[in-house]
Amino acid sequence: MNNLRRNVLKGAGATGVVSVAIAAGLLKPGMALADWNKAAFGSTDLAGAVNGIGAGSATPSADIKVDAPDIAENGAVVPVTIISSIAGTDSIAIIGEKNAYPLIADMKFSNGAEPYVQIRIKLAATANVLAIARAGGKVYKAHKEVKVTIGGCGG
Amino acid sequence: MGEPMKIRASMSGDVADVKCLMNHVMETGARRDSKTGQIVPAHHITNVTVTVGGKQVLDAQWGGGVAKNPYLAIKVKGAKAGEEVVVNWVDNKGDSRTDKAVIG
Repeated sequence: MNNLRRNVLKGAGATGVVSVAIAAGLLKPGMALADWNKAAFGSTDLAGAVNGIGAGSATPSADIKVDAPDIAENGAVVPVTIISSIAGTDSIAIIGEKNAYPLIADMKFSNGAEPYVQIRIKLAATANVLAIARAGGKVYKAHKEVKVTIGGCGG
Repeated sequence: MGEPMKIRASMSGDVADVKCLMNHVMETGARRDSKTGQIVPAHHITNVTVTVGGKQVLDAQWGGGVAKNPYLAIKVKGAKAGEEVVVNWVDNKGDSRTDKAVIG
């Protein structure tokens, strides 16, 4: 397909050393379908999302850094970086407090992956971006407010 | 089969920076089509896994709140140049995509 070719060409141009050819040549069918927390991701209210991932009693922590723009002109693409410096952090979840479906992502780290994630999210309106980190069986949270001038969840 | 993704992995010290750009519409299921007024059905990535050198480093669950054509960057300590990075995603319609890159 032409589209595929376009992407491969673009990929090769942009990445140089990264062997896009290998990637394209060694495609495998999808790996085993992992589980998905339907209750939490499907929740349309904040409490449901927070409780759905077991973060109802999260402790506020200054050791979670939520790096996001103060003002996002386009809520459809808001870059956020979450870094936890709490020892033993093994997962980070991201919640957009005013989104139609507040829970955005829940990510588990293992085998040397640092509790660091950079991702682009959608925000429906000016709201807190809430980060939840789990470490040693305890749950911590931190947030940062992002002002959104154009919402990203349509309406 | 989804569109190919771009993966870049490089070492900085003993930490590998893994960056990945995926191709996906990421429909939340809450958006209305501006012409028809109908709700556009949800179509988004639900699971993402990343392995480095055969070991799983990330097991993520995503909702529709991740932006269209998702960008993801993680850091993996103890990885080595030359190891293979494999990124896989699965969406709510059962589509999936796996791409690989070598840490440079």
